Amino acid sequence: MTVERNEAHEIRTANDIVRVRQRIREWAVEAGFSLVDQTKIVTAASELARNTLEHGGGGIARIELLADGGRRGVRLICEDRGPGIADIQLALKDGYTSRNGLGLGLGGARRLVNDFAIESRPGEGTRVTVTRWR
Amino acid sequence: MSPERSTRITEILRKHESEILSDWVREQSESIARRRDLISDQELKTQSKEFLGLLAEAVRNGGLEDVSRGREWTAVREMLAGISRSRSIQGFTPSETATFVFSLKPALFRRIRDDLVKDAGELFEEVRRADELLDRLGLYTTEVYQKNREEVILRQQQDMLELSTPVVKLWEGVLALPMIGTLDSARTQVVMETLLQRIVETGAEVAILDITGVPTVDTLTAQHLLKTVTAARLMGADCIISGIRPQIAQTIVHLGVALGDVTTKATLADAFAAALKRLNLAVGRAAVARG
Repeated sequence: MTVERNEAHEIRTANDIVRVRQRIREWAVEAGFSLVDQTKIVTAASELARNTLEHGGGGIARIELLADGGRRGVRLICEDRGPGIADIQLALKDGYTSRNGLGLGLGGARRLVNDFAIESRPGEGTRVTVTRWR
Repeated sequence: MSPERSTRITEILRKHESEILSDWVREQSESIARRRDLISDQELKTQSKEFLGLLAEAVRNGGLEDVSRGREWTAVREMLAGISRSRSIQGFTPSETATFVFSLKPALFRRIRDDLVKDAGELFEEVRRADELLDRLGLYTTEVYQKNREEVILRQQQDMLELSTPVVKLWEGVLALPMIGTLDSARTQVVMETLLQRIVETGAEVAILDITGVPTVDTLTAQHLLKTVTAARLMGADCIISGIRPQIAQTIVHLGVALGDVTTKATLADAFAAALKRLNLAVGRAAVARG
């Protein structure tokens, strides 16, 4: 698997989430995603970037355009140095929310992508990596 | 820098005004040679002359301190703000605009050197002061430039907020809210308020929220929609969400968002038909008059 291209976006304000969504959509179109697949990865990106902003206090979103043999994909890595997640299983549970959201963002994002990985240490930060293949 | 010590810059500016002006104008026409299309030589010369006059007066009356706030510097600041504004409209970049001030340095420094060549200590001190002064004034033009840009962006954002939330009356008792773009919280707040206000005004029984123009429906957007529906219901109006495209439907399912008992339709037309039915109204083809 090779990374054809990558770029990083800072997430500091709600507008940065919009920009990440737009870039993900552009790259998904370039990778030849169908409309449904585009919408899925864009929506997952929206959830994760918002988590980075609201729970992580801001951070970095890295986008990668991937090629693996004949297939292409888009990967998003959202990283923050926020408080971290103490119980990842609980955070992934539908309906669980630490604020007053719907509590579906993280679990929903996992269902919208092909590969999902989350690393978090309380007090150090959180990194979520998601990949959607065509 | 001790403020009590008077500066020789006033005297140098007055004594060599015409030489400094012609050197400076030459410097500018060389540095902005590529921008001849944007500003005429005559305009450049008039601006430069006026600025030099104001600068000399401000240094004489106000000294070199307090450039950004002092009353004596008001005229200079106003002129720079005007230049910055007009140049940003003419298409200059912020660097090109600041160059107007920075390009005065060589001409001024040259005259300071000529006059103070015998006293190296004083020469250094005056050049340092002049340098600092022009740096501040140059940065001021950039600040104004940026502020103008921010004002434009802010105004556009506010325009968008209002533009994108029109509540339209489709029929007696039926309102539609065609939503476009990103449903972030500030926008959604406006959407909700206008809708509720119009429900009160019109006594509408059905409100259609059309999300055809919303590219991404994530959990936050869904939550905002559900809140709007609940609020409208408390006001006595039923809501129908329309414009749910296949890709949005699939995404909502994967996210696990339950729209509960909210009626949803694929298109605005379907939603309108459902609204009429709920009000016991029917649309039919008019009987054709036979001759």
